[in-house]
Amino acid sequence: MGSGTWILALLVLHSVFDGIYGLEQEVNHRTERISGSAGDVLEDDPVGRLKVFVYELPSKYNKKILHKDPRCLNHMFAAEIYMHRFLLSSPVRTLNPEEADWFYAPVYTTCDLTPNGLPLPFKSPRMMRSAIELISTNWPFWNRTEGADHFFVVPHDFGACFHYQEEKAIERGILQLLKRATLVQTFGQRNHVCLKDGSITIPPYAPPQKMQTHLIPPDTPRSIFVYFRGLFYDVGNDPEGGYYARGARASVWENFKNNPLFDISTDHPTTYYEDMQRAVFCLCPLGWAPWSPRLVEAVVFGCIPVVIADDIVLPFADAIPWEEIGVFVAEEDVPKLDTILTSIPIEVILRKQRLLANPSMKQAMLFPQPAQPGDAFHQILNGLARKLPHNEGVYLKPGQKILNWTAGPVGDLKPW
Amino acid sequence: MKQTAAQQPNRQAFTAFRSSPGVLFWPAVHVLCCLLSAAAGFRFSRLLFLLLFSPSPPSSSSLHHRHLLRQPPPAILPSPPPPHIHPPPPPAAASNGVVVGRHGIRVRPWPHPNAAEVARAHEILARLQQEQRRRYGVKDPRPVLVVTPTYARTFQALHLTGLLHSLMLVPHPLTWLVVEAGGVSNETAALLARSRLAVVHLPFHEQMPVRWHDRHRLEARMRLHALRVIRENQLDGIIVFADDSNVHRLELFDEVQKVEWMGALSVGILAHSQREGEKGQSPLPIQGPACNASGHLIGWHTFNTLPYAKKAAAFVGDGATVLPMKLEWAGFVMNSRLLWREAEEKPGWVRDLDEVGINGEEIESPLDLLKDASSVEPLGNCGKKVLLWWLRAEARSDSKFPAGWVMDPPLEIIVPAKRTPWPEAPPDLAFQVIADDEDHVEVHPSKKTRSSRSKRSSRKKKKREAHVDAQVSDLFNRQEK
Repeated sequence: MGSGTWILALLVLHSVFDGIYGLEQEVNHRTERISGSAGDVLEDDPVGRLKVFVYELPSKYNKKILHKDPRCLNHMFAAEIYMHRFLLSSPVRTLNPEEADWFYAPVYTTCDLTPNGLPLPFKSPRMMRSAIELISTNWPFWNRTEGADHFFVVPHDFGACFHYQEEKAIERGILQLLKRATLVQTFGQRNHVCLKDGSITIPPYAPPQKMQTHLIPPDTPRSIFVYFRGLFYDVGNDPEGGYYARGARASVWENFKNNPLFDISTDHPTTYYEDMQRAVFCLCPLGWAPWSPRLVEAVVFGCIPVVIADDIVLPFADAIPWEEIGVFVAEEDVPKLDTILTSIPIEVILRKQRLLANPSMKQAMLFPQPAQPGDAFHQILNGLARKLPHNEGVYLKPGQKILNWTAGPVGDLKPW
Repeated sequence: MKQTAAQQPNRQAFTAFRSSPGVLFWPAVHVLCCLLSAAAGFRFSRLLFLLLFSPSPPSSSSLHHRHLLRQPPPAILPSPPPPHIHPPPPPAAASNGVVVGRHGIRVRPWPHPNAAEVARAHEILARLQQEQRRRYGVKDPRPVLVVTPTYARTFQALHLTGLLHSLMLVPHPLTWLVVEAGGVSNETAALLARSRLAVVHLPFHEQMPVRWHDRHRLEARMRLHALRVIRENQLDGIIVFADDSNVHRLELFDEVQKVEWMGALSVGILAHSQREGEKGQSPLPIQGPACNASGHLIGWHTFNTLPYAKKAAAFVGDGATVLPMKLEWAGFVMNSRLLWREAEEKPGWVRDLDEVGINGEEIESPLDLLKDASSVEPLGNCGKKVLLWWLRAEARSDSKFPAGWVMDPPLEIIVPAKRTPWPEAPPDLAFQVIADDEDHVEVHPSKKTRSSRSKRSSRKKKKREAHVDAQVSDLFNRQEK
């Protein structure tokens, strides 16, 4: 009699849960859960999993620079500023450095802008070095690990190599003093000097409110097959062609300028965001650096990104399975781009669109103010949390020194 | 991706040769090159180094590599030497990573679209749009019943074909009720047969009159006739009044799915305004529902006929502006169950169709079918979206056209253009004869022809040959049905 009721109760519970599961299946038919190599981690909550201590640096490293040029809040490198602001008021912040897992020094290295608004990285190494000297003398935590439990946000073209030209950046390499720290950067390319192991790749900053105001109804039919707006030849810096984008953008233009399926041009229309929402594929080719805000825009607007950049490492690559979401085309296959895109099976395209429609995917690419759960700030914290607990190599034995404080170009050693 | 500030122009070439001897030699060459560049007007120093030292196109040397130069600036740049020279490895490239430096621009031998691929891409687009419609569009679409009054005349093929193609694109099940004045004719039947739609071709045994006022009235009666047919056969769906000369957006047919009983839309009126000292564009006149701030219907925007009072067309095809009525039928849609004798939840504010239109009652707009017009639902974002445009454009009522707009066999007489005058004065039209009788009709039409004639005579320099137009009109008479 007792076992009978138990069995009956189990059967009832089973059917109830099946019913709920069935409903969930229906809802998920429209979008799919996104899980990368680290698992289904996009919606993890970092609160409680790590503690971050924010150094109070003098305002000449951050506030004064921003005050001098407020354009830094809107360009694609603004993540460093917003990350600072987010951490100051986040529940993961701790005021007690003894219990902190990670340490953050807010240095706005990408805020020295030309009149045109482009950042000049020439003083950045000295600025960073000066900040590190400050924290190593005023607090004991840097010397304890020589920066291995510190992280810095370096969103410039080639990250901590602090140069916009690839050859020069490779020559410089990552700043010596940052060799042990975790770098949060937009640049990512496999087997490249400027991407060190353990870095967290983030998307470039794109203004979320501006993109929200340009949304069009989702039943507007997607009638553009391939869409791209941008330069193909950088006439100012590379007039003969071949250097800019490793010739890939020029190749796109020469092969497909007469193709009716490709809506590509250098014209920048006011309906740029609306057009992306009417396109099926959006090209995201490399430029002077492999990353581009186009990826963020494509994901937000539901246009499948076609990434043309060999060996690129995309943002949050362990949390987001980019292979399943975007299309990757090798630079040498650009002449065959139309064949490649038209031969993708329709079910694969539909699946990619479903993955892109997942709101957590779009949220993970954005830096909204104020921060929202699942956004890029939280993904960065999740990435930092996944690196915990620190292994033994992080803490140095007393008297052990690894970093060479005098390495690097002579000009870097000058005080800032 | 972005423009880096062009700080040092010749850096690339310069650093490649850093290792060469002579610390002062290269700066001097650099200065010389800069001066020469300034004189020549373009940066040629890199070219000089290329020619002198045949430098390194990089290692990814596949055979179908072709160095292509785009449209060069006025000075000519010859292409750099082909990549048979094995390049020295660039400064700090990784062993198996991407190489930094100059790459070629790969162009395939025939960079033009492949027809099969374009077709495949269109298939993909169609399938994706179908999926989009399924996901975001109208769920469970109701059938649409389109009511169109028409009659055989010159521009019928023009208007009806346009409407036909619009209706063929509607993704919902559709029935087209075409009411034809003057009975069913072969021309109309031939046009309708070209569509793959479900067409109900209804005859209406009265001829279409020549005056616009009478024509509007007759069209209203024709539409009532169609409504009676819907009622008799208990056709189910949403009734859309689509006149054959109107222009419709496809969003209209998605928007009308939202109607519960009776809805009203904004109609743009394409009655072109005469520019009489009127600078600047006047906005498009709109007829439709007027809403208050909370989205409730409070009144109607109707067409203001005052600016057009003197120029209104009175007769079909007289060339003046045709004005709509106060509220056009095209701006209303209704659920066909409103007309049925018995329908569940049929609202009480609709009149029974059997009592409408009898005893000489004139129906001007669908609001006359209702007892109470306040329950009409405003559609299209409360009338802010214009989803169709009203237009009336007709040829002269005595105009001739070849049957089916096909000249078969083709014309045998070829007359050189300069010897083909238009007739001096068009023959007197029927309404001009009537105009002499009625006082209030203006002498406008004849004035027009006189002025146009004088224009023509000023243009023509040679003597006209009057017999040629007789030949042409003979030919038309032969071809006439």
